[in-house]
Amino acid sequence: MDPLLRLLEENALATHETLAAQLATTPADIKKRIAQLEHDRVILAYKAIVDDERAKRTGVKAVIEVRITPEREGGFDRVAHRIAQYREVHSCFLMSGGFDLLVFIEGDTLQEVAGFVSEKLSTLPGVLSTATHFNLKTYKIQGVLREGVVNEERLKVSP
Amino acid sequence: MHLPLSTVPSSNDYVADHVREIPRSGIRDFFEIVQSMQGVISLGIGEPDFVTPWHIREAAIYALERGKTGYTSNLGLLRLREAIAEYVSANYRLTYDPATEVLVTVGVSEALDLALRAVLNPGDEVLYHEPCYVSYSPSIALAHGRAVAIGTREEDEFKLRPAALKAAITPKSKVLLMNFPCNPTGGVMTAAELEEIAAICREHNLLVITDEIYSELSYAEAHTSIASLPGMRERTIFLHGFSKAFAMTGFRIGYACAPAPLIDAMMRIHQYGILCAPIVSQEAALEALRHGRADMLDMREQYRLRRNFLVHSFRAMGLPCFEPRGAFYLFPSIKSTGKSSRDFAFGLLKAQQVAVVPGTAFGPSGEGHVRCSYATGMDQLQIAVERIGEFVGKS
Repeated sequence: MDPLLRLLEENALATHETLAAQLATTPADIKKRIAQLEHDRVILAYKAIVDDERAKRTGVKAVIEVRITPEREGGFDRVAHRIAQYREVHSCFLMSGGFDLLVFIEGDTLQEVAGFVSEKLSTLPGVLSTATHFNLKTYKIQGVLREGVVNEERLKVSP
Repeated sequence: MHLPLSTVPSSNDYVADHVREIPRSGIRDFFEIVQSMQGVISLGIGEPDFVTPWHIREAAIYALERGKTGYTSNLGLLRLREAIAEYVSANYRLTYDPATEVLVTVGVSEALDLALRAVLNPGDEVLYHEPCYVSYSPSIALAHGRAVAIGTREEDEFKLRPAALKAAITPKSKVLLMNFPCNPTGGVMTAAELEEIAAICREHNLLVITDEIYSELSYAEAHTSIASLPGMRERTIFLHGFSKAFAMTGFRIGYACAPAPLIDAMMRIHQYGILCAPIVSQEAALEALRHGRADMLDMREQYRLRRNFLVHSFRAMGLPCFEPRGAFYLFPSIKSTGKSSRDFAFGLLKAQQVAVVPGTAFGPSGEGHVRCSYATGMDQLQIAVERIGEFVGKS
């Protein structure tokens, strides 16, 4: 895997100068490579990973298992694309196993999420069934532990 | 001690001469000052900043759940010794019998102490390269040996030069103690360079004690152990452990591999002094060998990227430095500032609250250098580099 991508996945705010020093190249080269990755849509976006609880956000998050009917041409893709377009849908994956799509959604209130499922998602042609699971608590998000792992007692100087 | 009855002896009089003569650790004074200060960014830490990978910690918890709280064999759990023998065979091309040629110890520190005590008669000389890990000279003295330092130089990439080794050999020379990749210099030795050293050891019948604790953290070519060279296995005690590669310093697990008579001699000291390494830590070490490779490679890559960043940053601020080939230390030269290692380190700490270790803590040949550990996150390294830059700019 491209080591530059890996570094950006760890910290997208790293400067070109720092990245260049780490990868033993020039800032100009880093700039060019990032531009190419963005152009090729290898890098889709840069976002902050936010702890909702500390940010005092009261929104609702849910995961929905969706069973759909594959279509003769295109299989699951067309229905999946239709579902993924909704503003409420945060992520959408085709899965193996007992259901087809796993849809992550976010809304301001329980009613909003419930409304989305019953009025929009369930009524889409091709959607056979849904099972909604609400998030209760976050422990780890996108590879980051909420509480971190800090060793306060680490010695400041050791041989 | 024969004192007149009327004299009340000071407690210090009870301390053995050879212990009293051991100088106070240079790193210790520095540590106490740093520990008392707030807001210090420390590049003075000789242990991984990573917490032990979770699956290894979990294995330790599981061991406790199963009631693994007793002693083990003096040599260590046989399952662990078997896994060590396999690991050492696969990674170092060294074959040892887990039943008689592997000893699990409380860190490499204990293994080194055992090895020295097992082989030294009073007055035997132990040759070692310097700058080096802080314990070598005192450990030799505590085993009643005579420590003979051989200076290594930046212009030689801190390698042990065959000519320098030859020049240091006397009829009393018995042991060559080596540590590559090297703490604090980051120097390594290639297979061809080790062969030259091995030839001298064979010619002069030296025993080699090789501390290869940083061997997984080699960034250039694949690591070679001197024990794997022709005619060296029978005259080498190979020391290794889990602290650095698997970020397990607090578990305190090291090991020694050597021909059975040497391991047996070490075990005789170990069984009375220590009995055995803690069983929970041994179980964790076993998990590290079985499933820890991906974590180890991941940490090594992060160290490598940080090394690149630090080398670039120090050179950019006008402090020349050898690009370390292994371990996680940078050993830049600070001679251009006109300061001694100690003045530089104390000055930097006072002016910019950045801790680096004076090179002289690793022996007199470390003068003109400081040790900067990159076992610290990139965010901290970046701030440290900015502050050091300011300090150097004003010097």
